[in-house]
Amino acid sequence: MAFIPHTAADVAEMLARIGVKSIDELFDEIPASLRVRSLAGVPPAMNEQQIGRLMSERARSDGRPLCFIGAGAYEHHIPSAVWAVTTRGEFYSAYTPYQAEASQGTLQLVYEYQTMIASLTGMEVANASLYDGASALAEACLMAVRANRKSKSQRILMPRTVHPHYRRVTVATAGNQALRFEELPYSQAEGRTLPAALARYDGEDVSALVIQQPNFFGVLEDVDALSAWARERGIFVIAVVNPTSLALLKAPGEWDAGGADIVVGEGQPLGVPLSSGGPYFGFMATRMAHVRQMPGRIVGRTVDASGREGFTLTLQAREQHIRRARATSNICTNQGLLVTAATIYMSIMGPQGLSRVAAASHARTTELVGALARVPGVRGVFSAAYFHEAVLGLDRPVAPVLQRLADRGILAGFDLAEHYPELGHALLVCATETKTSADIERYAAALAEVMKAARAA
Amino acid sequence: MSQVPADLRYTKSHEWVRNLADGSCEIGITDHAQEALGDLVFVEVPEQGRTLAAGEPCAVVESVKAASDVYCPLAGEVTLGNPDLAAAPELINHDPYGRGWLLRLRPKNGSSGTLLSPSEYEEHLRAEGF
Repeated sequence: MAFIPHTAADVAEMLARIGVKSIDELFDEIPASLRVRSLAGVPPAMNEQQIGRLMSERARSDGRPLCFIGAGAYEHHIPSAVWAVTTRGEFYSAYTPYQAEASQGTLQLVYEYQTMIASLTGMEVANASLYDGASALAEACLMAVRANRKSKSQRILMPRTVHPHYRRVTVATAGNQALRFEELPYSQAEGRTLPAALARYDGEDVSALVIQQPNFFGVLEDVDALSAWARERGIFVIAVVNPTSLALLKAPGEWDAGGADIVVGEGQPLGVPLSSGGPYFGFMATRMAHVRQMPGRIVGRTVDASGREGFTLTLQAREQHIRRARATSNICTNQGLLVTAATIYMSIMGPQGLSRVAAASHARTTELVGALARVPGVRGVFSAAYFHEAVLGLDRPVAPVLQRLADRGILAGFDLAEHYPELGHALLVCATETKTSADIERYAAALAEVMKAARAA
Repeated sequence: MSQVPADLRYTKSHEWVRNLADGSCEIGITDHAQEALGDLVFVEVPEQGRTLAAGEPCAVVESVKAASDVYCPLAGEVTLGNPDLAAAPELINHDPYGRGWLLRLRPKNGSSGTLLSPSEYEEHLRAEGF
């Protein structure tokens, strides 16, 4: 579809037709105080040659560091076929087509994607994706409040072990819609939410409990105990999961007492490169009983008038172009291109391939934690089992140590000081299947030198 | 012209109200409304005990074309939502004034809303071009 902007003549003709003199007059009902006159900080336009040069210089300044940062985005090997197929012209559109049924190939791909996500999470139905993991959690909270008709409180229990950015995005999105979020503490010995922390909510009206597995520290939560507590009380369970981990861990649909009600997560580990932070995509799955409260689009398989198989958008009736303000969501953009990559990634890996990625990532992280904890001044912090991330405690502030390691080409982890000051000098590290034993030795040796130099200074 | 039974009262937003012997009311959508919506695929009825104001959205009827709110014609407390509609939303298409009722309501004292007589509702339909 060609995109042809309006010419000055087009604009003049349209204004004349509706009897308005200028664009400013057209918008004069918007108070002057709300209008942005000029955009400070936006440089003048560049031509293709200039922008090409700028971007390649910036890419070079990134270098090729050895990355041990996880914290929500994970570096995995992406088979070359994934993006070779994804960037074919037939798929290369970042959006759901507006004349959806004319694009049967795109719809079939989304249908296959939904099927894979439903199967991975152990749920009955998945939507066509959301913007990212954080916004998917915000949507899940809004959905839980709509769907849990037994609860009137709009109160959501949010463990501190949930990704701090997800918590922030969720409060920003849903906090002004009368939802109330209450933080659950975690055990500083184990690094996970203690089921005993829930006791004070016994007998109170709560709409939903969020459980992140593995949690932000990489630690495995006691999902069965947490989910059983909630379900026995009619409280919805919202699972936030890492899709790679699901190849090894119990699917949220199988958590104790009947499983989670809504499952969301960040889809980036499934074939999407780190790309300095995005674009990524969020996934969402639920049970059929709640499907009409699920935001976003769903593609269904059907037959046409001659009995031939076809794909169609289904459950559109609750979307914003029909329901307006009462739609299930007005910010539920899906991420077509990234979903295409994830679907191809999952097809190439298959369940066994994904299990191998998950097992190798866990093994590498175990090796990494062992190597780093042998460095003087470094120790493990939590006792509970972890997946492919773990928290280490240093005997000095983390930020300067990370800076010295970055100078040596190693992105050594995520400093927890800002979000978890109670943990002292704590560092979150991650190793996936992309890291070799030599990489781990290089990190451990560099850390030992940096720590030694810091002590001497 | 769609059916407009003589023993019911109506709203401009195409709901009907039947007075029951025990003093409560039964509420549904009219024959015209079900015809305009087309085949219903899902109906959401209010829970028992919910207090509704007149004009408040009290149910959602979803067809293959659109999901629409149903507005409560009278203020009162819900005594029952039609339990059969979850499994058989098509009851509204087949029998809008009978088995397709949506909810029963105990009206708040003095609440009569602004209900139309059958002839006023027919007049309203004509005015809307039907």
